Amino acid sequence: MAEKILEMRNVTKRFGKLVANRSVNFDLERGEVHALLGENGAGKTTLMNCLYGIYNPEEGEILLHGKPLKLSNPKDAIAHNIGMVHQHFMLVPPLTVLQNIVLGQECRITPMNLSRARAQVEELCEKYHFQLELDTKVADLSVGAQQRVELVKALYRGADILILDEPTAVLTPPEVEGLFEILQQFVSMGKSIIIISHKLWEVKRISNRVTVLRSGEAVSTVMTKDVEEADLAAMMVGKRVSLEYEKTPVTTAQNILELKDVCAKGAHLASSLKHVSMHIREGEVLGIAGVDGNGQLELSEVIMGLLPTQSGSVYYRGEEITKMPTRKRIEQGFAHIPEERMTQGLVMNFSASENMIINCYDRPPFTKNHLFNSRQVKENGKKLVEEYDVRPRDPDALARSFSGGNQQKIIIAREFAQDPRLVVAVQPTRGLDIGASDFVHQKLLEQKEKGAGVLLISADLDEVLAVSDRVLVINEGEIMGEFVPGEIDYTEIGLMMGGTKRTNSKAGETA
Amino acid sequence: MICMNFGGTQVRVERKKRTESPLFQKVLGIGIALLLVILVTGIIIALSGKSPIAAFQCMIKGAFGTKNSVAETLIKAVPLLLSGLGLTICYRTGLTSVGSEGQIIMGGLMATIVGVNLGGLPAPVVIPMAMIAGILGGGIWAGIAGLLKAKLGVSEVINTIMLNYVATYLVAYLVDGPIQEAAGHYPQSDLLGKNAWLPIILPGTRMHLGVILAAVSVVLVYMLLWKLPLGYQMRAVGNNPIAAKTNGINVARNMVLAMFLSGAFAGLAGSVEIMGIHHRLMNGFSSSYGFDSMAVALLGGLHPVGVTIAAIFFGALRTGANTMQRTLQVPVSLVNVIQGLVILFVLMQALLSRFTIRIIQRNAKEKGAKQHA
Amino acid sequence: MLDIVSGFLEAMVRMACPIMLASLGALFTARSGIINFAMEGIMIMGAFFGVYGSYLSGNPWVGALLGMLGGLAAAVVLGIMSITVKVDQVVAGTGINVLFLGLTSYLCTVLYPDGQPSSVEAFQSVEIPGLSSLPVVGVFFQQNLLVYLAFLLVPLIWYLLNRTTFGLCLRSVGEQPHAADSLGINVNRMRYIAILLAGILGGLGGAALSLGQVSVFMENMTSGRGYVAWSAVTVGKWNPIGIMGASLLFGGAEAVQLRLQALGIEIPQQFFQMLPYLLTMIVLAGVVGRTVGPKAMGKPFVKGER
Repeated sequence: MAEKILEMRNVTKRFGKLVANRSVNFDLERGEVHALLGENGAGKTTLMNCLYGIYNPEEGEILLHGKPLKLSNPKDAIAHNIGMVHQHFMLVPPLTVLQNIVLGQECRITPMNLSRARAQVEELCEKYHFQLELDTKVADLSVGAQQRVELVKALYRGADILILDEPTAVLTPPEVEGLFEILQQFVSMGKSIIIISHKLWEVKRISNRVTVLRSGEAVSTVMTKDVEEADLAAMMVGKRVSLEYEKTPVTTAQNILELKDVCAKGAHLASSLKHVSMHIREGEVLGIAGVDGNGQLELSEVIMGLLPTQSGSVYYRGEEITKMPTRKRIEQGFAHIPEERMTQGLVMNFSASENMIINCYDRPPFTKNHLFNSRQVKENGKKLVEEYDVRPRDPDALARSFSGGNQQKIIIAREFAQDPRLVVAVQPTRGLDIGASDFVHQKLLEQKEKGAGVLLISADLDEVLAVSDRVLVINEGEIMGEFVPGEIDYTEIGLMMGGTKRTNSKAGETA
Repeated sequence: MICMNFGGTQVRVERKKRTESPLFQKVLGIGIALLLVILVTGIIIALSGKSPIAAFQCMIKGAFGTKNSVAETLIKAVPLLLSGLGLTICYRTGLTSVGSEGQIIMGGLMATIVGVNLGGLPAPVVIPMAMIAGILGGGIWAGIAGLLKAKLGVSEVINTIMLNYVATYLVAYLVDGPIQEAAGHYPQSDLLGKNAWLPIILPGTRMHLGVILAAVSVVLVYMLLWKLPLGYQMRAVGNNPIAAKTNGINVARNMVLAMFLSGAFAGLAGSVEIMGIHHRLMNGFSSSYGFDSMAVALLGGLHPVGVTIAAIFFGALRTGANTMQRTLQVPVSLVNVIQGLVILFVLMQALLSRFTIRIIQRNAKEKGAKQHA
Repeated sequence: MLDIVSGFLEAMVRMACPIMLASLGALFTARSGIINFAMEGIMIMGAFFGVYGSYLSGNPWVGALLGMLGGLAAAVVLGIMSITVKVDQVVAGTGINVLFLGLTSYLCTVLYPDGQPSSVEAFQSVEIPGLSSLPVVGVFFQQNLLVYLAFLLVPLIWYLLNRTTFGLCLRSVGEQPHAADSLGINVNRMRYIAILLAGILGGLGGAALSLGQVSVFMENMTSGRGYVAWSAVTVGKWNPIGIMGASLLFGGAEAVQLRLQALGIEIPQQFFQMLPYLLTMIVLAGVVGRTVGPKAMGKPFVKGER
């Protein structure tokens, strides 16, 4: 048996009443990749933040090489050769790569001498075959390159134990392969890796052992080679759930929305829309699959009128709406479940009932004879809270006081109460547990059954496949191909997501 | 946790989670803040060798002692209230305006121009005209900062400050040149035509029609914020502009409108001050009502009713401080100290209301803890 | 003609000094992610205690030292409000300005026997041998020591921000405090250091006003220079050299006004008094949108919360 270099014993971390980690045991052996698997909100990141000194656990202890370790901040963790690459990179964009790598080592007013650091970093890059322009500003790097900066940053600090939080979430398939190769190399040089993930195939592919977390508790630790993906899934969710829904086939050829040759400037070149043409029919769920940041957000914004098009046109039920303002679209039956619940979806300091009218506050019954009727707002809130099972059932409570799942319910209640003709749902289940996700899926399908067109944009391929009637794959702002779920296998979908156009597309006539 | 010992009485300050309603916590927080202000002010007065108790007594008497002092308190509260109401709209829309002073000045300027030149018209005509001119003057002045924010993203904070100075020097130039009084002695304008003077509503005092106008404005602003869809819109923009935009609310338009409205109320304050008190334009006629109204709006919890109470409080402070200076020679600049302390401590109210002060009387006959605040 | 030009240049440099000192101080807070709206209060404290120190000791250097301490005191309040209590920094700054404006006026009547601060020993100009006798530009070398110090600080602070690890840490705190925190940089401590530096330099700026230009304290004598100093940070694009330019611009506007008055040119002086403020608005409208300030500006740091 390999040497046990790190051990976490009975670690408990609470946030107020919420127990994020309950008496978790975890250990790491030298030279292994140990995956920490669990759903969103299972407490994976919290546990690792305890190990990295960002949080202080209330109970339990951490042993490094058998000796108890006291971590009060990340500096302590770094001093003990623990490194972490966060899901949201901890880089300072206006600084150069080299400055980012050395940042925080010292804080002196004596002249900064980076030549030794530069030599060291260059040596590291050579050893691990990294290619990094040390004097480029981080802001100008691709996401994949930024991740490499994070890795070098940890290595430069002498990390022997490397924690990676959802490292593949932002990468394209080839970049993922690249990362895995790097990790293998680290391991072969005696470093140990903890990888946080909720993707089964990824865990199966890269790890030696898996610890599964569920609702803050460690369910079990197993050798990866001894288990199948299905077993891991069962451990992760507690029961076997099959993401399968009954769907009525689309019967009409009536387009509710059509995009013709649309171009739009996005946040980056890669996310700008490039000649996108597509349509959604009445009673159809159209899924958009793709790696995050490939123009999905821009697509939803163009449809909602939040991002102007550069060229091309948008039609709603046969009429051109390319330049129609957002408000008018909402009035004509557009519903929008935005990607960022807390910033785009809700006004956190408004009550639930006030949030439930933000798309219709200026129409009867909420505004009559130019007067705003707050009693109607409350009535409406009370009704919707019941109908959509928002908990706690308090329409007067501030939006910020609800859990993520219930916040999403508030948004869905608001949007669907208006009987929309078109639903634009962007990452509608991100961060929700299985139960809440299932609720969202059911509600989306309910709208489909009512005859609305539904656009489901999600980076979660399983979700897209389970809910959609038809799927488009998007890469760098271009539609790579179209298929009907079940028609093609994961490999082909993966290729499209990575930028290979589907050649033998059957144009997906599903009626 | 902090423990202090005052002559056998042990005072313990603890931090605990409160379970009472948010309104109660807010009122509690503001109450504690005001207590602290009184405490610190008292210490400052005491350090200068005067008796704080006598000073406070003198202030209260000076502010509310006679019919005349009440009237003075109220007419000082009027511009504070009007301008504070304007800032309430503006802050609720998420804009930090520091420009009320300049807007008051511009409002006063416009009202003066109308009042001096059209003073011959009958009062029911010229008074509304002068006020509308003042409202537009203040509104447009603020609107400039609103537009620059909405269109170019320039901080409204810096621009409103700059506009304060521009307005100040503009008026300084005008009363020293183009609109200087015919006599040409002092840097001030001619008197407004008598018809443009606001009528006195309490004979024997200076209390003018502006008091009623201000009271009406309180209702108007309440209506705007909670009884009109526009108010909902503005509050949504103020709390989360991104969510407002995502839901199709025009953020830029709301910002410009909120700035305009806040300037309009400040402009009204300026015209009321000219038409009701000074009857002519001069440098510094606003005596920093605009800056003080920021404290008024904050202390009033950005709610019209609270702002009213705060405005009367600050009006009383100004009137009382004058009396205090006359009788006790405590400098009137103490008002600024108090106002500064009010802003700072009220800002801390959310934190303050989380503390509990326990007074444990050790040597007293009754043993046991008394919950104090 | 040369006399007029050199007279103008002399006044411009002298007038720019208080704003430059304060603005350089405000730069530290800006780069650390804090809106230093309290600079007016910091400066007025510096101006008051500068004169008071010189009054007590008869030595302007003691005055400058006390002025720095006064500015420091006001800055500490800002630090507590914005870093520890985490309230709105603009509103807190306004409160601080009102408070210290009032307090300095109050102290005037209390601390001086006749209720009026008297004229005190001020900084005298020091001629740099050789250089001061140059034609036209010679006036740059006939200034008081605080002016030399202000200009000396420009390259020093540039170096500090861009060429030391301290500067690197400070900038990272203003840009991505969570990234800085994850590397073990104490975000709030860095911000306190920045605020203390702003207090010292802002206080010195105030003292440069009361002890470097006149030799007496007057109520509200900063008359908005603190706000101008803060604006100069943005106008100067968040770097010391830009700030030097912006301060000279504001100083120049003040100097023009004085010179024109002296020349008897019939342009109302109020327009020149307006000029710096109008210029600020115009420059900001042109500059902002194209340059971006520190990203975490105005946002209090809460550990673990993004």
